[in-house]
Amino acid sequence: MLTALKNNALWTVAFTLCTLCFGLILSVLLDRVPYEKVAKAIMFLPAAVSMVGASVIWKLIYAYRPIDVAQIGILNALVVAAGGEPAGWLIQRPWVNNLALITVGIWIWTGFCMVILSAAYKNIPKDLLDAARIDGANEWRVFWQVSMPLLAPTLVVLATTMVVQVLKVFDIVFIMTNGAFGTEVIANRMYKEMFIFFNYGRASAIAMVLLLLISPVMIFNIRRFTRQDGNGQ
Amino acid sequence: MKIKQLTSRALLHSVLLTFAVVWLTPTLGLLVTSFRAPPDILGSGWWTVYTNLFDMNQYTLHNYIQVINKQGLGRSFINSLFISVPATLISTFLAALAAFALAWMRFAYRKFLFLMVVGLMVVPLQMTFIPILPVYRWLGLSGTFPGIWLAHTGYGLPLLTYLLHNFISGLPKDLFDSAAIDGASPFNIFNRIVIPLSIPAIASVFIFQFLWIWNDLLVALIYLGGKPAVAPVTLSVANLVTNRGQNWELLTAAAFVSMALPMTVFFCLQRHFVRGILAGAMKG
Repeated sequence: MLTALKNNALWTVAFTLCTLCFGLILSVLLDRVPYEKVAKAIMFLPAAVSMVGASVIWKLIYAYRPIDVAQIGILNALVVAAGGEPAGWLIQRPWVNNLALITVGIWIWTGFCMVILSAAYKNIPKDLLDAARIDGANEWRVFWQVSMPLLAPTLVVLATTMVVQVLKVFDIVFIMTNGAFGTEVIANRMYKEMFIFFNYGRASAIAMVLLLLISPVMIFNIRRFTRQDGNGQ
Repeated sequence: MKIKQLTSRALLHSVLLTFAVVWLTPTLGLLVTSFRAPPDILGSGWWTVYTNLFDMNQYTLHNYIQVINKQGLGRSFINSLFISVPATLISTFLAALAAFALAWMRFAYRKFLFLMVVGLMVVPLQMTFIPILPVYRWLGLSGTFPGIWLAHTGYGLPLLTYLLHNFISGLPKDLFDSAAIDGASPFNIFNRIVIPLSIPAIASVFIFQFLWIWNDLLVALIYLGGKPAVAPVTLSVANLVTNRGQNWELLTAAAFVSMALPMTVFFCLQRHFVRGILAGAMKG
């Protein structure tokens, strides 16, 4: 169970940071190119695919075969082409395999963050950005001092959404490693307690831990809603 | 200055290109592999097909025929439809009713009920398994389609109600006032005014919920058990991974069968798809 908690913590940090950062970078950069629509479709496509489908896709990417036969996983093929030894991406604990699983999650959710941040970014009045540019601010400063503060509320909402997703993550781990080699997460542990060990008491305890971890987000949402309802309508 | 601008443009495009390639390659790999014969799959990486890309002899539909007939994916595909369509219809309809009531009807604890909906949105569905499963067994609902319709309806309602409430509460107040003066009953107002005006929002929510149910594994795993007769595609693919983990020709074709419908929806109805998801996260 401690492994599961540690892994969920790793998921929370790495997954949330990467999805938000990638989403932010993409939404700002894509606003400046003519092929925005196509690129967005490509980035967003994984959101339509099931976690099960995504897991099979990535299992193939991570496929491991000994060095003396042809590699069929593209990641190991790249490693071998660069002169390295093929690695068991889903086996090497504790960092490599967990990060390999988190990558799948990032692949699925980055497009979602991008679409939402992009909508928020396009809502920023262009005059505001231009005014800053005329005042002599370079793009870097415009981004940090004008765009970022205006995107902050959206980022906070997205961050909570991502944290909720992390606490519920199940499918990816279930399909790719089934929690072996120290990759277990809370939801998988609970499933095992229920259906492998038939230990409903322990499973309930895990469910309570999950609820406890998620309750701050719940309270945050309710408070945000009441505040917005109070001065909005 | 000019050179600096050019390099920054080049940097911009290469960053975006890298993202696009990294995001597209995995799906492409799956697609190509699913059309290759098993010895080819193990003999060389899927990317080697580029050396003679248009040599059609290296592609085969055999993997698909195999998974659809022999591995029961065809059956599962029908099951998935039979699970997703009714469950989406039921939950969207109930959510629309609830959203209308919470937005425009006056009754005690209305506000409290709505806050409960907001709070329930983030509760992980794992929480509910242990209390609900014995009840399901007692009622004979586990392993049946109505059972999973009910489960998906319950799990979907808070979010769907919230999304539709955002839209329906934004309809102009005058509309409801004049309808009330004309003596329309709440059901009439819902039927004649709310539904027609909310079609775009309902369509987005419908697509969102449909895909969510289609792609679900956990709820099906818990409430349908392992029965192949009622298993949706996601469950069948998951079973295939467990039992035939090294048969890439089967895994890739099966995974693609499970992804075909969501991808079609994504490409044909992208606008609704994006709007449905945006509505959920953008409010506030």
